[in-house]
Amino acid sequence: MTKAELVIIGGGPAGLAAALSAWESGVRDILILERDHQAGGILNQCIHNGFGLHYFKEELTGPEYAGRFIEMLRDTDVRVRTDTMVLDLTADRVLHTVSPEHGYEAIQAGAIVLAMGCRERTRGAISIPGARCSGIFTAGAAQRFLNIEGYMVGKRVVILGSGDIGLIMARRMTLEGAKVLACVELMPYSGGLNRNIVQCLNDFDIPLYLSHTVTDVRGKDRLEQVTVSKVDENRRPIPGTEMVFDCDTLLLSVGLLPENELSRQAGVEIDPHTNGPVVWENCETSIPGVFACGNVLHVHDLVDYVTAESMRAGKAAAEFLQGGERTGEAVPLEPGSGVGYTVPQRFRRDAADKLQIFFRVRRIYRDAFIAVYDGERRIARFKREHMAPGEMENVAIPAMFLKNITGGPLSVRIEED
Amino acid sequence: MKELICITCPKGCHLKVDEETFAVTGNSCPRGAVYGANELRNPVRVVTSTVVVDGPARRLPVKTDRPIPKSKIFEVMDEIAKVRVKAPVRVGDVLIPNAAGTDGNVVATKSLP
Repeated sequence: MTKAELVIIGGGPAGLAAALSAWESGVRDILILERDHQAGGILNQCIHNGFGLHYFKEELTGPEYAGRFIEMLRDTDVRVRTDTMVLDLTADRVLHTVSPEHGYEAIQAGAIVLAMGCRERTRGAISIPGARCSGIFTAGAAQRFLNIEGYMVGKRVVILGSGDIGLIMARRMTLEGAKVLACVELMPYSGGLNRNIVQCLNDFDIPLYLSHTVTDVRGKDRLEQVTVSKVDENRRPIPGTEMVFDCDTLLLSVGLLPENELSRQAGVEIDPHTNGPVVWENCETSIPGVFACGNVLHVHDLVDYVTAESMRAGKAAAEFLQGGERTGEAVPLEPGSGVGYTVPQRFRRDAADKLQIFFRVRRIYRDAFIAVYDGERRIARFKREHMAPGEMENVAIPAMFLKNITGGPLSVRIEED
Repeated sequence: MKELICITCPKGCHLKVDEETFAVTGNSCPRGAVYGANELRNPVRVVTSTVVVDGPARRLPVKTDRPIPKSKIFEVMDEIAKVRVKAPVRVGDVLIPNAAGTDGNVVATKSLP
């Protein structure tokens, strides 16, 4: 069996940042395993700009953002092994891998960073009725076809779901000469960033139908028609509100799922709210020495936040390799009213100088407060002018507030008064 | 007062812009004030796309190296569609200088060996 001090599964933005941070923290034997033929992950197909304002203080495209990290790693001894699939992961940190170059290989790792990212929900996951014709793609698959392979997937397009990838693809298809007829969103608000509604839909007069969904799909071989209906407050279609669009393509942007098959195989505890691993304040999972960061942990909306989180995970993996497992009294952290999930889900009371909590709210709030409670006692409160489920929130609790907590659980709630 | 959502960064600040003085409120950084005033006077966008490349990939991602007037977006796209480049290419290589007379250059956003 081969040995490696630190193995990182996934060479996207999370894996690249974790590797760089572990290297800067003194780890010298680092191996990144990437299943695609190049590092960079999903950034390679995200050719639009808007990345890097937090981390690089300038506006970059996806390939440029990934390229900066790949360049920085070139000055290190970090190894990036592409075309490599991890088939199995065990609780004692053995990875079973396969690649054209090395064949089957088992690797014993001193520590592991899970950075596998996420994948798109598909038609099957949301049960769209109608014909099983061609012309129905996830938005990310269409993005790969267009931006990497150079194929247009259609000419007249309806987009279901207003997640960021769907919005970006509405603009991209329009620029390449397609007619985007509508963007249809089940919820009364968009799941994407406001800026993308403005510059991807409004700029090109593409209508956004909120509280609508696709209720029929017609076509013999290729998609011919999509029926869209308004939905009531229980998200049930309202009869008589049907609109029919003649189109050859339906793109789905209906959510992302962290890709945790390997984590589950290893026995890592999974949070049903995030579909990602339950982690401590340092991104360590329920298995000591196994860390998680980026979209495999929870779906992010900004790559800059993925980078920041993954830098912490890489540093924590280095600390584990150099000094063993962190200890300290465990305090659980829970989502309270108005909050969908928290990351981390627990923390060690004396572990850090501050506790950073990431979460998403369940609906849109204006002029509300993020409150942190120790049991029923409020220990901190932060004002926010605007919060939306599409935008990840975070608060930092200084260590002095954590010293006196009674053992929790700590909870994060949204208060409107 | 014109209400806008700032697109300078993913934060998406809700701006209010005075239509006569172009004074901006609601921004949380100086870039938002510049965006709000420009959006009323002369809206501009960075255009990103791909070009055909002979080399280790089928497409090379590109962008305009500065925001160009919104009204020129499709003219720039037409010029991008005509370009065919040969690897090797470096990030930042200029592929179309002064695209569609906008003063913006179309540059490579990825290096290919």
